[in-house]
Amino acid sequence: MDAVDAVFRAIGDPTRRAILDELTDRDGQTLFEICTRLAMKHGLTSSRQAISQHLAVLEEARLVHTRREGRYKFHHLDTTPLRSILERWPIREQS
Amino acid sequence: MIRINITSVYVDDQSRALAFYTDLLGFVPKHDIPLGEHRWLTVVSPKEPDGPELLLEPSAHPAAAPFKEALVADGIPFTSFAVDDVHAEFARLSAAGVRFVQEPTDMGPVTVATLDDTCGNLIQLATMKS
Repeated sequence: MDAVDAVFRAIGDPTRRAILDELTDRDGQTLFEICTRLAMKHGLTSSRQAISQHLAVLEEARLVHTRREGRYKFHHLDTTPLRSILERWPIREQS
Repeated sequence: MIRINITSVYVDDQSRALAFYTDLLGFVPKHDIPLGEHRWLTVVSPKEPDGPELLLEPSAHPAAAPFKEALVADGIPFTSFAVDDVHAEFARLSAAGVRFVQEPTDMGPVTVATLDDTCGNLIQLATMKS
């Protein structure tokens, strides 16, 4: 899949946008923390497997990357791919 | 009437577990009885010395290691304990060198944090909001 397509596909889903919201709130979370936040703060009842698949889509778009630290695995936010959107359609100042 | 008198965590090393669960977490020893190559080793809350006991059970079964590793990799706590102030416990335990994989987090009715017990488990600390 084209890199731009991957970004639009990734952010075209409310659960994945909620994951990005929560990683914006605190960067570097375990899968369990992400699942708990989605359930408690967003009322989302997706299974852990479903959240894992959402994270894989976000990783494919390079919006999320994982970091292994010993036996732990943390998920980090990278908003760099979103820059292509603003570069393509710059926001004009209102006159 | 049925009631809960004991629950377990599977620990890699009973001696290290006893030190961690008493010296750091603040439980007190209850029973320590030699049992074959291991011990029947339990701790209790100092607030409830006759309350439910936590059994520090050896994770010697071959299935225990992959199970525990899979939980840790996904950040899943094996069990959860109640504390009066999870923020204060986080500060105190972090200063003592305890590794948290989740800092205190507001989850609506409860604030939680998750630590590594150094015996192969993640443990959640939870403070219910009054």
